[in-house]
Amino acid sequence: MLTAVAIAVDGLGFAAWLFLSSVGLTLIYGVMRILNMAHGGFYALGAYSSAWAIGLYTATGSTVAFTFLLIPLAALIAGVIAGLVVERGILRFMYGRDEVLMVLVTYAIFLILEDATKLIWGTDSYVAWQPAFYFGTVEVFGIPYTVYKFLIIGTAIAVGLALFYALNRTRIGKLLLVVIEDREISGALGINVTLFFTATFVLGAVLGALGGAITAPEISVSPGIGAEIIVLSFAVIVIGGMGSIGGAMLGALIVGFARAASVHLYPPAELFSIYLVMAAVLAVKPYGLFALAESRKI
Amino acid sequence: MIKNLDRTEIGLLIALPILIIIAFILPKWLVNYVHVSMGTGLVALGVMIQMRAGLVSFGQGLYFCVGGYAAGMMAKFYGITDFFVLLAVGILAALVLSALLGFLLRRYREIFFAMLSLALSMILFGMLSSVEELGSTDGFNLPTASYLGWSPTGETAQLTLYTLTCIIAIGCAIALNRFLKSPIGYINEAIRENELRVEYLGTSAHKAVHITYVLAAVVSAIGGVLWALPLGHVDPEMTNWTTSGQFVFVSILSGTGNIIAPMIGTFLLEIVRVYAVEISPNTWQMILGTVMLLTIIFLPKGLWSLITRKKKATRDDGASAPIAGE
Amino acid sequence: MTTILETKNLEMKFGAVYAAKDINISIQAGEVLGVIGSNGAGKTTFVNMVTGYLKPTSGDIIYRGKSIAGRPTREVTKLGICRSFQIPQLFPELPVIENMLIALTIAKQDRPVLFQPAIDGALEDEAHALLARFNIDGYADQEIQTLPQGVRKLVDIAMATVTEPDLLFLDEPTSGVSADEKMDFMRVLIDALQTTRTAVLFIEHDMEIVEAFSPRCVAFYEGTILADGPTAEVLENAKVREFVIGSEYHRSSSDSTQQAGAT
Repeated sequence: MLTAVAIAVDGLGFAAWLFLSSVGLTLIYGVMRILNMAHGGFYALGAYSSAWAIGLYTATGSTVAFTFLLIPLAALIAGVIAGLVVERGILRFMYGRDEVLMVLVTYAIFLILEDATKLIWGTDSYVAWQPAFYFGTVEVFGIPYTVYKFLIIGTAIAVGLALFYALNRTRIGKLLLVVIEDREISGALGINVTLFFTATFVLGAVLGALGGAITAPEISVSPGIGAEIIVLSFAVIVIGGMGSIGGAMLGALIVGFARAASVHLYPPAELFSIYLVMAAVLAVKPYGLFALAESRKI
Repeated sequence: MIKNLDRTEIGLLIALPILIIIAFILPKWLVNYVHVSMGTGLVALGVMIQMRAGLVSFGQGLYFCVGGYAAGMMAKFYGITDFFVLLAVGILAALVLSALLGFLLRRYREIFFAMLSLALSMILFGMLSSVEELGSTDGFNLPTASYLGWSPTGETAQLTLYTLTCIIAIGCAIALNRFLKSPIGYINEAIRENELRVEYLGTSAHKAVHITYVLAAVVSAIGGVLWALPLGHVDPEMTNWTTSGQFVFVSILSGTGNIIAPMIGTFLLEIVRVYAVEISPNTWQMILGTVMLLTIIFLPKGLWSLITRKKKATRDDGASAPIAGE
Repeated sequence: MTTILETKNLEMKFGAVYAAKDINISIQAGEVLGVIGSNGAGKTTFVNMVTGYLKPTSGDIIYRGKSIAGRPTREVTKLGICRSFQIPQLFPELPVIENMLIALTIAKQDRPVLFQPAIDGALEDEAHALLARFNIDGYADQEIQTLPQGVRKLVDIAMATVTEPDLLFLDEPTSGVSADEKMDFMRVLIDALQTTRTAVLFIEHDMEIVEAFSPRCVAFYEGTILADGPTAEVLENAKVREFVIGSEYHRSSSDSTQQAGAT
């Protein structure tokens, strides 16, 4: 019973973290058909800027409560700057190119971002635990959890609902769906496709940075976290079907619970259970659980 | 067979004695880099032949690692140190695994192939990282190899291993050069361009991809064994996706035009890395990324295309007259 | 004359929509057969089913006495049924000659060959000869993506003939060819194909071309066959005139370009 509760809560926690970290990736793929490997770089930038900002702020001895504003702010600034530089500086020259080529291009950008992060923040670890323990802990069936964990779960749900609402219920969201359906026609209809692309990419980058920023207080922020999150978020969005927000949610839940289950039942399997789920889903449903049918070529 | 050698193959055969001789001339540290980069160069070749079919493997480290670990485990658990047995075991392990996984992977193209190959290599990464008998994330050490009962030590051991590595690496390169010009090699190019037409011409694209995948796996496993033996060590990093990413990097940089290019590219990369890491450790990946971006944008067929472009220009001058007469 | 292909109640359903229903066609060895019908009438679906690209929902396809329904494309090709495409399906970044060499290489290999060279002088000669048959040998060294549509169409058709098929489907061979060149284009094509006793089924929107080149004609309408018989009779058929051709029949050449351009 206790294990079941632990798996349920930890699974939700993992899932929330995974969803926040990968929803930007699926959004960018859905709109722009770019499988953005630089996403790991955005995540790392978000984590570092948030940990760094929290560190600077708490060193002044002021109340920790304001760090909860610092986290989204750090993600916003890091994501907007990095997203704009990458999209305006490089990607916009390559639209319409082969999807595989775009993977390689964004992989190159990822490598550059990795070192940019090191140049800005060095190679030491940053620990910014203060927000994680500010609200203390609660006990669920006798197991203590930080309130912060539930805050992350809440944030993930809020982000998911907000994206869903924006895409399906607002004018801009509907226009975006038109852009996804057919770039050229939407251009001909007078929709500013370039603007939509830039905005989507920056939003995706900010979401990636938010994933890192919100996780920073729970982990030790050190080089290599970007490389790790890339494969994890690939697994998440592939399982649900790339480009679908709902798919990312489902993928995050599946991967989150798989990981929680292996942590509590068979720890050695923790690292590979995720990839095993990914490979298994791909083997059965090659284009993910929510994939759309492909149109006829001839 | 010998009279059918093309220029690439003649070049490789000339390179063989030169490679062996430099072991006696060049400083030892440099020879070590040549030695190790022959192993990783073979893996880059494995990535390259798949790229010909339009398939980008972001998990080629899987077979690099399988080769190294299979050889290492033979030595560790059964005490076998014979070079040829270790090599054979590495090849066999990759052959069996890739033949099985090939049934899955041959159905995928483009980003899905890239991601599935990445996921599979990360499964192995996760497994090896948690098996304590195999040293978890630290890996384990390999003994010095013996050769059909002969166990050289010190300098002799190194030279023997180096010479054999040269011969096997050149042999693999020649075999792969033949492969690229064989019917399957041509079909791969056709698959990259238009798979639908390939099926309509009457052959199975899946089968060609499967064969290519297995061949790439075997070559990568050979690379893994030849890399692990001189270093005397294997660890799970061999199959981490960042390692695979470097093989992809070399293939992009050198292009898919010629089999020699990835071998030279790997060596140059090793050398540049040594200096770059010394001078400015935190900008190495930035340099790699920038070079890769510039290559993709300005030389989409890789650095080797600079050489072939020049050659083509001169050849076209001479050949234009008879064609006009047709 | 012997029947080489016969379809029996062939049916293709996409969800609730019938793309083809009750398709019964038989094709004789060596004959030339024109297929007409508006867009979405099921012409290409029919070709896709026979060549194995689509698996029919029900019905059967008999080729030389054996059922081939649901067999993969590559097997159907090996049996001697080939096709060309409305939008040429080629290897765009390779030169014309390489396209032909790849086609010939595949045609000649029965099992995978790994370490022997695929191409020799004899094969190159053969490729040039094939190109010459369609009057496009002059383009041999040009990349496909640099060629005009008409030449691509011919390369596409030339590639479909490398296995010397017994039955060849041409999916709108003259689409993308300008109106005043259509007749000559078809002439080159049919002459080249007649040298090998290949049965040809071609889909065509231009009635004058159908009249000129095919003794027999099949009209498709909404997934079914409206009429099948000698071309003159089919084109005079009241239903065909109402649903397929429209009121005017002998159109001026500018009209026919418009129709082809709209496909």
